[in-house]
Amino acid sequence: MTAADTNAAVLVGREIRRTFRRSKKETVVALDKVSLSVAHGTLTALVGPDGAGKTTLIRLAAGLMAPDSGDLSVLGFDVVREPQKIQDRVGYMPQRFGLYEDLSVQENLDLYADLHGVGAKDRAARFPKLMEMTALGPFTKRLAGQLSGGMKQKLGLGCALVHAPELLLLDEPTVGVDPLSRHELWQIILGLVKDQHTSVLISTSYLDEAERCRDVVVLHEGKVLAQGPPASVSKLADGRVFMVDPPAGQAARGLQARLLDDPAIVDAVPEGGHVRFVRARGIEDTTVIGPLRGLKFAPVPVRFEDGFMTLLHDLEPTKPSVAAVLVQPLERHGDDVAVEVDDLVRMFGKFTAVDHVGFKVRRGELFGLLGPNGAGKTTTFRMLCGLLPVTSGTLRVAGLDLRKARAPARQRIGYVAQKFSLYGELSPVENLEFFASAYGLGGERRRQRIDWALKQFDLESLRNLTSGQLPGGYKQRLAMAAALLHEPEILFLDEPTSGADPLARRGFWRRITALAEQGVTVIITTHFMEEAEYCDRVAIMDEGRVLAQGTPVEMRHLAPKREGHEATMEDAFIAVVQEARRKEATKTAQGAA
Amino acid sequence: MQNDGLPAKLRRIRALVRKESYQIIRDPSTILIGVAMPIMMILLFGYALSLDVKSVPVAVVIEDTSPVAAELVAGFRLSPYFKTQVTTSMAAAEELMLERKADGIVRIRQDFSRNLSLGKAEVQVLAYGGDANRARIIEAYAQGAVGEWTARRASAGEAVFGGPVNIQSRLWFNEANDSHYYLVPGLIVMVMTIIGAFLTTMVMAREWERGTLEALFVTPVRTDEILLGKTLPYFALGMIGLALCVLAAKFLFDVPFRGSILVLTVASMLYLLVALGIGLLISSTVKSQFAASQLTMVATYLPAMMLSGFMFDLRSVPVAVQVIAYAFPARYFVSLLQTVFLAGDIWAIVLPNAAVLAGMVVVLLVLSVRATRKKLA
Repeated sequence: MTAADTNAAVLVGREIRRTFRRSKKETVVALDKVSLSVAHGTLTALVGPDGAGKTTLIRLAAGLMAPDSGDLSVLGFDVVREPQKIQDRVGYMPQRFGLYEDLSVQENLDLYADLHGVGAKDRAARFPKLMEMTALGPFTKRLAGQLSGGMKQKLGLGCALVHAPELLLLDEPTVGVDPLSRHELWQIILGLVKDQHTSVLISTSYLDEAERCRDVVVLHEGKVLAQGPPASVSKLADGRVFMVDPPAGQAARGLQARLLDDPAIVDAVPEGGHVRFVRARGIEDTTVIGPLRGLKFAPVPVRFEDGFMTLLHDLEPTKPSVAAVLVQPLERHGDDVAVEVDDLVRMFGKFTAVDHVGFKVRRGELFGLLGPNGAGKTTTFRMLCGLLPVTSGTLRVAGLDLRKARAPARQRIGYVAQKFSLYGELSPVENLEFFASAYGLGGERRRQRIDWALKQFDLESLRNLTSGQLPGGYKQRLAMAAALLHEPEILFLDEPTSGADPLARRGFWRRITALAEQGVTVIITTHFMEEAEYCDRVAIMDEGRVLAQGTPVEMRHLAPKREGHEATMEDAFIAVVQEARRKEATKTAQGAA
Repeated sequence: MQNDGLPAKLRRIRALVRKESYQIIRDPSTILIGVAMPIMMILLFGYALSLDVKSVPVAVVIEDTSPVAAELVAGFRLSPYFKTQVTTSMAAAEELMLERKADGIVRIRQDFSRNLSLGKAEVQVLAYGGDANRARIIEAYAQGAVGEWTARRASAGEAVFGGPVNIQSRLWFNEANDSHYYLVPGLIVMVMTIIGAFLTTMVMAREWERGTLEALFVTPVRTDEILLGKTLPYFALGMIGLALCVLAAKFLFDVPFRGSILVLTVASMLYLLVALGIGLLISSTVKSQFAASQLTMVATYLPAMMLSGFMFDLRSVPVAVQVIAYAFPARYFVSLLQTVFLAGDIWAIVLPNAAVLAGMVVVLLVLSVRATRKKLA
């Protein structure tokens, strides 16, 4: 770092160390000798797996905590000596932005404007601009609690922007936000940097977002692994990234799973019916890698994600086996239909949450349900699991009519809710025991199933913690283990990877693909569009309706063609949803005329 | 960047007060605790709960069949305080007591009339001790009934036995022996405690839980402004609660009010500030609604109920408990309230109690400003 750099920096940290006491004996090091700088007028991303220290670093920068040692200055003020001066000048958006839900959009904005001492003249100039940016104009009178997840995030960002901050600190602003809202949030952020030269420090677990920043800081377990332009990280995987087609008639995710298990492979993901993989360093001949034998592959350009996975792989070259193995694979029933939904409707008062939805899922199929926040995915799920009565339509799960045989149908399904819904005060084993009893498992079978779950989900080492203390990824595993105790034929997963880091998500999908291979039918919702690539088929929902369904490859064709850029699943999703909303708007306009 | 003449600090406080007021008005649970609960308590304490003992079921055992004994029994029968069941055997009476059909037994032994003539007559009174307070009252009533009978005999020129002679008892300040007289003023303590301490800790913990404080901290707002922004609206709510209680006391339950409104208002404001101070102090360390409600319950609500002298007379509790009671503000406020309502502005009582409360206000507010930091950990 040169002197010139430091002068232009809005945030400079040197050897920051911060620890937390988890219990009386145990101290966790959240940040360990972290040095970094954020240049003025640029976008800097903070990336890293869960528990890397991203949130701690941002809170330190906001003056909400003091470092144990080291220096951190923000906008020229020391965070320990003059936190108030920093807080007067920055805009901060915590991970869960604390909007006042009983206050309207306008009242929330007014509160922050008042607190920041924004005068009437500035307000008159600024509010219309904020409304235009966030597209919240038509909703100023609506209570914040009644906004959708994406709109809440936009309002949070609006509140952080009321006083035109010199530095914007954003802590994972796009977690749990659908692709469309995420796209809109990013338009706002990029616009700020471009037009107003605002400096932004943003933490994220979406690696494609990091690629849009001028600089990235890669954190891992409290240490900085890399720092610089995203290309400097991507470069690490240069020449080792390839695309391969699976053998004819096989799903891409099968090959992807085998590649991921291979020690010579750093990372592998399904993409557009192909598999994209990163070869480990030090292996010269790609053709000798077992799963690739006899297959054709070609080099492709590197991405930030490839470099990031390489960095993590360098730290821990050995991958634990993460594929869950059932005691006995479920029998294949050919083309049997596992879930059949026809003309399904669910009303809440006058509001139609699910509007004549229909789809079929075959046994052993991996089916993805995609859609913006509030599209009706969770409501559909709850009806499929028999948790919510249907208003009209038919619903057959595992061959049983849910309206007539709810209890027997429930025996055959497993459900993992969006929020962690196990008992936080109980240990993992106690939770499993409870759920085993709830499913009516007893004696020897119960003991076997719990042992199976602990082993398959790698929970043995953490048996002494309470479930609430488990790290995020492990909570998720425990929830899945509990849902699989009674050996269900069909597994429902509602946004299981929301907020999880790339590494945890790989492990999670490895388990899911293994289960699907063994005959379990999986229906899943997700906000990560690239995860739709793991599915056999997906359906895109918006405003309670299914807009499109088909294989991931078919879906990609729905995206508009762009020069020199292959359409991604995300492009397709945004195109489909925007197109449907446009049609709806014209229809309403015509109806009115 | 000021535009309407107010300094930035005041504008920030005004913004916070406005925000808090919107929340109070729009959140049904705040309205429930702040307004509906005091009304419920007024009705409950006023109509359903009464500490007066009337129509106590007692079993009268007549082992003596003489006319004097019958006369004594008639005394019990006619008393409004008793509902008598006459039996001839002690065993039957004991049975009634065990079945809780009788709360007391009055036994007139076989040798009653003989002993009466010898001047050493005895009437045995047994009271159900499960509720010690009630038992003592029954005892006293029974003594009273016997006393009246003795007096009647004496005025008729008959021999009087040397038992406890005619105890003249009179209740001061509560001539009507109506428990509303002290329950309703006591109610003010409960309402102020709930609004001041309980509600404040709950809304503060809610801000911690929902993460609203984290965003609020990273603004020019100062800690004292945050505390003031919380104090002012709940102070106002507490005063509304006070008004409700006073009106109910006066017009619903005809409780006399012998002191001045000014003294009552000042005393209530002091106690409300103490309660708010405790609430804010708890909030600075306890950040979950569940823990906050538990702690506030134990630290403020229960002492206000049990150790303030509002329900139980502090003079009849063990010395250790009396000493502990001095540590809780509710005790001083109850003294003030009972004085102001039932006796008047007795400065010798009003001033020292008010001084203690004022001291507590200062200490607690200073402590809570010190303890609240714009820090997360």
